[in-house]
Amino acid sequence: MKLIEGFGKYFLMLTIVFRTPEKFSVFRRRLFEELEHIGINSIPLVALMSSFIGGVIALQTASNMSNPLLPTYTVGYITQSSTILEFSPTIISLILAGKVGSNIASEIGTMRVTEQIDALEIMGVNSLNFLVLPKVTAAVLFFPILVIFSMGLSLAGGWIALVLSDLSSTETYVYGIRYYFEMSNVWYALTKCVVFGFIIVTISSFYGYYVKGGSLEVGRSSTQAVVSSSVAILVANFLLTQMILLS
Amino acid sequence: MIEVKHVNKSFGKTQVLKDISATFEKGKVNLIIGQSGHGKTVLAKCIVGLHEVDSGEILFNGRDFCKMNRVERTSIRQEIGMLFQGSALFDSMTVEENVMFPLLMFKKMTKKEMLTRVNFCLERVNLTGRNSLFPSECSGGMQKRIGIARAIAMNPKYLFCDEPNSGLDPKTAILIDTLIREITYEYQITTVAITHDMNSVMEIGDNILFIHNGNNWWTGNKNNIITTENLEVTSFVYASEFMKEIKDSITEKNKNK
Repeated sequence: MKLIEGFGKYFLMLTIVFRTPEKFSVFRRRLFEELEHIGINSIPLVALMSSFIGGVIALQTASNMSNPLLPTYTVGYITQSSTILEFSPTIISLILAGKVGSNIASEIGTMRVTEQIDALEIMGVNSLNFLVLPKVTAAVLFFPILVIFSMGLSLAGGWIALVLSDLSSTETYVYGIRYYFEMSNVWYALTKCVVFGFIIVTISSFYGYYVKGGSLEVGRSSTQAVVSSSVAILVANFLLTQMILLS
Repeated sequence: MIEVKHVNKSFGKTQVLKDISATFEKGKVNLIIGQSGHGKTVLAKCIVGLHEVDSGEILFNGRDFCKMNRVERTSIRQEIGMLFQGSALFDSMTVEENVMFPLLMFKKMTKKEMLTRVNFCLERVNLTGRNSLFPSECSGGMQKRIGIARAIAMNPKYLFCDEPNSGLDPKTAILIDTLIREITYEYQITTVAITHDMNSVMEIGDNILFIHNGNNWWTGNKNNIITTENLEVTSFVYASEFMKEIKDSITEKNKNK
């Protein structure tokens, strides 16, 4: 019962978030701030994770390619496929759910318990629209950029790992990456990350906005936001894969 | 003027406000007093629309706030300034940005005009030149004054103060009270303040509404609250032994006369 109530409250929240901003110049300024907070500030983490995991994917694939019947470029092909289809859009989004999601939930939650949201409402500001819409817009705009960046770095990480370990040559690896490359996979990945960005920001904002109590509850809501966003990402990943890849 | 007529409010099975009616006059400091948990803050939050009432009317100069849609409420809210118990300043913004915020959201003013207004408001609360400080760099009293500056930035018709001097030393508390009274008289604002502080009651209470168990228990002013024989009010006003002694000595003096 509580779950259904929660869903209802979440969708009602969305109807208030997606209204025309009170003042476009203020919205634009807030959007740029959020692009920096959500997007640009996540670049170092995404870069670090992508290059190392790309390297690990390539090394693990290479270590399992003992069968001489398998062509040598298979390592590049598998690294490319796993990176584009799953690692960059899904795993990076799960990592960002931890970083961005907890940040949003604690920021909005703190504003709630210190009455800053009440102050906005009393001034006549639509607090949900003012706080959440720039974040959602920033995430939906910047997540694809982060994912493309992650794809590039992951493939580069794989290349460095293979070449340094002398497991493959540059030409073979690049041939493998280009072999049977499908642009539709990239569009699939970008569609997924837009949905994941939306999920992370709205769910985290929901937990932050409706928190009751003090600092302990803010901490708890932050954890709940990360857990719920992660579960929602996994469910959405399954549904999107069914809808896009298997339709 | 704000009129509250037969307002009821419940949370679950607990009825917090019971058929409350009151009038808050323009150009006067109207205080809501009473024990903790008896419905003062709920009443104030109902008046400003942070809680929806179950029944009753809340009239801002004759306009029923309860029957208004979101757009109409927004226009009323732009006439309201509120000072929160914890100041509720936006902690990621400087003092200047905090005071400028309502202007930025709702007024069509140039940056220069907004800055002039911000500086005027800061000067009014004796905070000239503190524009670039962040709330965390300010003392409790300063935060309250910034809250007042932000509340008056839009030239409000109504000012709400939720325990304006809680957590402040007596001297700073009196400063804040004086500021609220001056602003109320100067700009002819309808001020509604919630307080527990008897110093405030005696200092600025033009009209006083005493709430007990969610009921409008007593109304009066700072002069007749001392002499009232209403049991609940006297037990609130003379809660400490010290105040009881003062009361006894006044009564004795009056008898001797």
